[in-house]
Amino acid sequence: MSDTLSAATVTITGAGDDEVEAYLARPEGAQDAPSRGGVVVIHHMPGYDRATKEMVRRFAELGYDAICPNLYVREAPGADPDDAAAAARAQGGVPDDRLVGDVGGAAAYLRALGTSNGKVGVIGHCSGGRHAVLAVCRLDLQAAVDCYGAFVTGEVPPERPITNLVDQLPHLSAPLLGLFGNEDTHPSPEEVDELEQILRDQGSAYEFHRYDDAGHAFFTVDRPSYRVAAANDGWERIAAFFDTQLA
Amino acid sequence: MCTYTTETASMDGSAKGPGGAWFHVTDATVYYDHPVHAMADHTLNIDLADPSRGPGARVALELTASSARELVTAIEAALAAVPRGLLT
Repeated sequence: MSDTLSAATVTITGAGDDEVEAYLARPEGAQDAPSRGGVVVIHHMPGYDRATKEMVRRFAELGYDAICPNLYVREAPGADPDDAAAAARAQGGVPDDRLVGDVGGAAAYLRALGTSNGKVGVIGHCSGGRHAVLAVCRLDLQAAVDCYGAFVTGEVPPERPITNLVDQLPHLSAPLLGLFGNEDTHPSPEEVDELEQILRDQGSAYEFHRYDDAGHAFFTVDRPSYRVAAANDGWERIAAFFDTQLA
Repeated sequence: MCTYTTETASMDGSAKGPGGAWFHVTDATVYYDHPVHAMADHTLNIDLADPSRGPGARVALELTASSARELVTAIEAALAAVPRGLLT
């Protein structure tokens, strides 16, 4: 596999037919033969940042057309990622329906590429993990990866601007890979248990991996929460999962 | 985790922001969540901003929970020490 790729900022059509900035990375090679799947990367609450764009490029290096929409472009077009995240938060955050529309637009963009085999997966970390589960319950996708998304199950305190996704889970449209830290409190191991029980009871295809000595955000290489063993194993699980589901 | 909780308050004051320029502050946003820069999993974050000037018109603080409480105590003490009649 070549590790040569290209990356660029593009415009997709998101929720409400809005033009949405997105970061696209593509492997080198023939660009007109249906040969590969696509991956939508949902950025975490801190924003459309360098770390997320590095993940997008990694998926291109793994052989996928990968894209990340800027979920905060409406509140803060052109702003630095941390300023955009602050502005979006001050205005109430990303509504679930808008997230679904933006991810759907990103998936449509990938499927319209000449290289697309029609299969698209989605992945998110932290708030993006919850968003990935939401997206795969509301959109036609072929795989989803939830990296420690909080409030998928469990009680959500009433003052939060979100709900859990328990009522959405029966509509799961694709296999779900879940990667969780056993020292995390949101989602707690008990909340992961609840999610696994629901998936098992409804006969959904899923694969969960839980890591000792890892809490929340163990993939985040530039933060104290980074846990190299869990992150390395997690990346291997993600690569194998997409290799199976998006082939 | 991302806490999703956010407290807001109206402000009337000034802050020294991007480029070393002072600007009028109209809004404060306060939340306990992942920091961008501080070496902690979570911090008490304060944004002092003027949204009318764009997302970049912001002074950001990321404080450990104990530091945030120290700041609250210091602010309260400073206000309590003001001679009667000076507070506006």
